[in-house]
Amino acid sequence: MLRASLRQVSAALKEGRVTPTELCQQCLSLIKGTKFLNAYITIAEETALKQAEASEERYKRGQPLGVLDGIPVAVKDNFNTAGIETTCASNMLRGYISPYNATVVQKLLDQGAVLLGKTNLDEFAMGSGSTDGVFGPVRNPWSYSRQYKEKSVPKSHSEDKESNWVITGGSSGGSAAAVSSFTCFAALGSDTGGSTRNPAAHCGVVGLKPTYGLISRHGLIPLVNSMDVPGILTRCVDDAAVVLGSLAGHDPKDSTTIQDNFKPFELPSLTDVSKLSIGIPKEYHVPGLSGEILALWSKAADLFQNAGAKVLEVSLPHTRYSIVCYHVLCTAEVASNMARFDGLEYGHRSDMNESTESMYAATRREGFNDVVRGRILSGNYFLLKQNYEKYFVKAQKVRRLIANDFVKVFRSGVDVLLTPTTLSDAAPYKEFIKEDNRTRSAQNDILTQAANMAGLPAINVPTALSERGLPVGLQFIGRSFQEQQLLTVAKWFEKQVQFPMIQLEEVKGHDRDVFQHKKSASFS
Amino acid sequence: MRALALARWVRAWRVPARGHSGHGAHRPPPQQKVSVEVLDHLEHLALVDFRDSEGVERLQKAIEFADQLHEVNTDGVEPMDSVLEDRCLYLREDDVTEGNCTKELLQNAREKVEEYFVAPPGNIPLPKLEERDTFLQGS
Repeated sequence: MLRASLRQVSAALKEGRVTPTELCQQCLSLIKGTKFLNAYITIAEETALKQAEASEERYKRGQPLGVLDGIPVAVKDNFNTAGIETTCASNMLRGYISPYNATVVQKLLDQGAVLLGKTNLDEFAMGSGSTDGVFGPVRNPWSYSRQYKEKSVPKSHSEDKESNWVITGGSSGGSAAAVSSFTCFAALGSDTGGSTRNPAAHCGVVGLKPTYGLISRHGLIPLVNSMDVPGILTRCVDDAAVVLGSLAGHDPKDSTTIQDNFKPFELPSLTDVSKLSIGIPKEYHVPGLSGEILALWSKAADLFQNAGAKVLEVSLPHTRYSIVCYHVLCTAEVASNMARFDGLEYGHRSDMNESTESMYAATRREGFNDVVRGRILSGNYFLLKQNYEKYFVKAQKVRRLIANDFVKVFRSGVDVLLTPTTLSDAAPYKEFIKEDNRTRSAQNDILTQAANMAGLPAINVPTALSERGLPVGLQFIGRSFQEQQLLTVAKWFEKQVQFPMIQLEEVKGHDRDVFQHKKSASFS
Repeated sequence: MRALALARWVRAWRVPARGHSGHGAHRPPPQQKVSVEVLDHLEHLALVDFRDSEGVERLQKAIEFADQLHEVNTDGVEPMDSVLEDRCLYLREDDVTEGNCTKELLQNAREKVEEYFVAPPGNIPLPKLEERDTFLQGS
């Protein structure tokens, strides 16, 4: 039951084939069994069971709140959740119990979803590996899959098989791992530079970044106010559409949400793609892109063309400056957003008591890790009077050029862009930590970042397994607020590629039935 | 047949041989090292310290990385603050709709007295570089 899609399990709940409490208990038990993944920071066992019981009552009366009623979900730990610790994987917020729910969390709860817990991330969502939080790195469930194990060659008999586990990608790695390992049916992440799509690609799940302004950011601890969006992680595109339907829409508490009326939609099953125009941006063929992914990208383009769609090469000339622009704007906004953490009203507070400033300085030294502090200091540098025009304003101008690139391409008749999501499949943790966080982010965000710059919707669709047996995904970028079109195309593609299910082993103390091995045709 | 199909796309994407090292076609001249005065100023502004030479190196590299922006010609381009700039910001009516949550707001503070957050004495600036416990001392 746990490996079913959200819609399937929702139907099962409605028909009484399973109850919300059974579902909740199975998920909680699986979370315990997959503790080695370190995907969760906080497990809200008691409240989850209470929510499940309430849901069960509703089903008994025949009055479920909707498709999400009774569905176990997980939320990234940078969303405020009332009564549940919200840490952002940082010492600064350890022990911080939010007094309120983020709007998206509230919406999920109002629909009857069961909140299992908060997932792990990079500290304050800064990073591309989910390796830099204070609760430790998240392990990719695929590290423990039969598919990966079959392809990995042990260097020696004595090599600890534990040591070559791969990263999830980041920064919403915990959410991606939670969905990928079947402990929940949907998870919330956040996406500022690719933080939902990157781990989605590495963990073989669907990662949707909605258009900026569609979903409320109220309660999402901000990183970059002009680029952050809540992200949705699910196991299939239809599920993502369902979750999007319950989250999107204007929120009076977030004035950056648009006021247009949002109508939740069902995705049609496209059979005829001949009216579609798919753009292939040539600048996304970056150095460092693995040969495997290049081949997969090319195959996908062929797939669309053979099915009758119009596939053409397009150009987004400022793509390679996107990551530099992001670097400046991100650090500048971070410097501003992190200023609220001073220990006075919430969070960690240092014992230093000589003056307000020295207390703030000590609190921040103790509370933030190197990555966060590095970004704050860089941001402050770019915002200095003497540097403001040169860096910050310049970056804003480049941002407009990048956004205009997309406008031009979409205006020329292209419906959706097709690009790779990551440069390669997931790296082993030992390799990943050889370079520092900023370098890794600069390398890994390169393909996902521009969509945040322009505020466009983008989605990662798991495509195939790499030679190492790890997931690889492709990214579709759509027009502003055209999620329906984007998801329709993504759904068609998903159906064509038939991405294989993960064959997880090494789950202790769990029902065998959950992991029936299923062979399926794959796209490789 | 597969190889041909691949070649059709891949050929069109050949990256120009201009030395794409991921750092731009031509590297700007190496930046001058950031002075200790500026570093000290940053520590004051950010109320965050560099901790060690790695921290300073990190800033140096960040600046070098950002310098690539200057390769782009932005004459006549307006800075972009928000992707939603073509829309009107939503403003709601100036009515009180929530509040009275003093207890919840005070719950997470460590030092408080009645309904006040307690802070150490203000108006005392951070000690100067020579007197501060910072890595920058002696730079």
